[in-house]
Amino acid sequence: MQASLLSKHVTGKSPTAGRMKQRQTIVSMMGHSVVRRQLCELLCEGARFFIRTSRPKDLGVLQPPVNQQRRSVSLSEISRNRSDNELTVHFINQNNEKKTIVSKEGETLLNVVKQNFDIDGFGTCEGCLSCSTCHLIFHDKTFEILDDAKEEELDMLDLAFGRTQTSRMGCQICLKKSLDGMTVKIPK
Amino acid sequence: MFRSSVAAAGTFLTRHCRRTSHGACGTGIRMFSSVSDPEIKVCIVGSGPAGFYTAQHLLKYHKSTVIDIYEKQPVPFGLVRFGVAPDHPEVKNVVNAFTQTALQVRCSFHGNITVGKDVSIEELKQAYHVLVLSYGAETNRLLGIPGENLQGVYSASSLVGWYNGLPENRHLNPELNNETAVILGHGNVALDIARILLSPIDMLKKTDITAHSLEALQNSKVKRVVIVGRRGPLQVAFTIKELREMIKLPDTRLLYDPSDFEGLKHTVKDLPRPRRRLIELMIKAALEMNSEKEAENRGAATKEWCLRFLRSPLQIIPSDDGKRVGGIRLSVTKLEGSAESAKAIQTEDIEDLECGLVLSSIGYKSHPIDPSVPFDQREGLIPNKLGRVLHAPGMYCSGWVKRGPVGVIATTMNDSFETADSVLQDVKSGRLDVSASKGGFKVIEALLEQRGICPVSFSGWKKIDCFEVAKGKKAGKPREKLIMLDLVSYWNCQPWSPPSTWLVVSLLE
Repeated sequence: MQASLLSKHVTGKSPTAGRMKQRQTIVSMMGHSVVRRQLCELLCEGARFFIRTSRPKDLGVLQPPVNQQRRSVSLSEISRNRSDNELTVHFINQNNEKKTIVSKEGETLLNVVKQNFDIDGFGTCEGCLSCSTCHLIFHDKTFEILDDAKEEELDMLDLAFGRTQTSRMGCQICLKKSLDGMTVKIPK
Repeated sequence: MFRSSVAAAGTFLTRHCRRTSHGACGTGIRMFSSVSDPEIKVCIVGSGPAGFYTAQHLLKYHKSTVIDIYEKQPVPFGLVRFGVAPDHPEVKNVVNAFTQTALQVRCSFHGNITVGKDVSIEELKQAYHVLVLSYGAETNRLLGIPGENLQGVYSASSLVGWYNGLPENRHLNPELNNETAVILGHGNVALDIARILLSPIDMLKKTDITAHSLEALQNSKVKRVVIVGRRGPLQVAFTIKELREMIKLPDTRLLYDPSDFEGLKHTVKDLPRPRRRLIELMIKAALEMNSEKEAENRGAATKEWCLRFLRSPLQIIPSDDGKRVGGIRLSVTKLEGSAESAKAIQTEDIEDLECGLVLSSIGYKSHPIDPSVPFDQREGLIPNKLGRVLHAPGMYCSGWVKRGPVGVIATTMNDSFETADSVLQDVKSGRLDVSASKGGFKVIEALLEQRGICPVSFSGWKKIDCFEVAKGKKAGKPREKLIMLDLVSYWNCQPWSPPSTWLVVSLLE
């Protein structure tokens, strides 16, 4: 039975007879009560999963940049408009342009970059320390006050293109008050 | 009635996903496709990382590209599904980005189509303005030594395909009855295989490893894995993350030969940081094996592994009955040159190792897809410049078939963006003529129908995906991969193909 069900549809032959036979085989299987029960159970499970999981995941990661509208703001205006748990980060993007972002304390730099920049392939493993694509470069003084990197982060940094002495993985750096106002470079 | 309503729900959700992602694929960029812009029909062969990253870049930076991704397997994602180790699920997160690409209105996935067999390159060239070859490297380099065809000798790619659900490797049935396995090669794939052979079953049970291979590994007698390389510690190709995983593997101990690291402690400080940290980890792991505490910890370990350096395979020694592997004869090598370019030269000294399983992990190899496509047999890739196939206007390549089977997903990503940029430059400069209207998939679909080939769409893959996840949940796994995909692809042709089709497949398993 398995061999006949597995045989590929052959070019030039009418599939009708073969298809009818296969349907008959499956219909005869479905007459078996165990098969029917298992079919129903798995059908329900599959349907529930299909409905739950068919929504595109992580759309949040693909949201348009937060400050999409191009409106000039001064740094002092940014400071005045921030709430207490928001921090300022100055980014130098891959075209050497400066962009100032306000984001929440505790947010990882991976998410800050993904929410505010449209960089292809940044953070491909989504923060699991399995790639080196969320690589960022810091000023010396900022680098010194960052929490020490774990061995696993250093392992990934070893593979990062253009790694420097002050490179870190964006997914491992969370915004905190001591980092308010820092400048971070996004390397190519 | 229930079946049809689930199928209808699936169809509704597929359409809903497409609309949602049409809005999201703007990602802040407005879709400017004015009526006067002619569509640029792009055909990408291969749906692994190279294919999807090339598609992603083309879709983003040109509003008139319409992309069809062709794939030999009924399911997408290439080595992300069939190559990445089951216990590395985080590496597979890239699938989320690929899914977003596939769900865009201007992108379509067509599985179960073997280019070069079901449809020719010439036919694709007639139907598309741009042809991008991203079909990777699915075969393996041969050892070229006597005994290579004995039972018990396998390529790494076939073992990886076996535990990852590649249909052609389903019935590999590797010999796991002997205590010692030898892996030839010092790359990440070699360490992946060693780790899968030695991992505690309780760890593997929670991964998406295939059910048949899990059962075989549960009954495996392999307790010792020797990973053999021609060169020394300074030339290993594996990376520190994979080495660290092996060292930390529960219930295993590392065996080492102190002479392997003689002289290294003094030179290590001058090495570039990645190599220095790798050697330091090897030395540290070897030294720790000697410490009392570690000896106590590892004393109870039931399995062991080691790295053997400066050994090159000469012959696979047959067993007494002459049919299987009985052992392997290795030549002791010495190095000429230094650092990563050092060459291994065989000496007269030899060493025999008893074993029952030999896995050759000396590199993947690509193959020519069609006589009309240039192919460099020596290098094993398509001759190209920045992804433009030489002497073949309108033809491009990306991924392993472009630069050789080396590098990780991020390397392939950058490589694919480079190829896509070449395509975009050629469109802009007029080097690529896109003025004539091309039929695209409509033309190919008609040919496939005449030939009795039933493509699997991305919504067909989503049905398989949902079913695999649902089935895996029952077993406490992320998914239970379906393998009998001939039937799957056949039933997908039916207009009423409901999810229960996949249930029948699983029952047949």
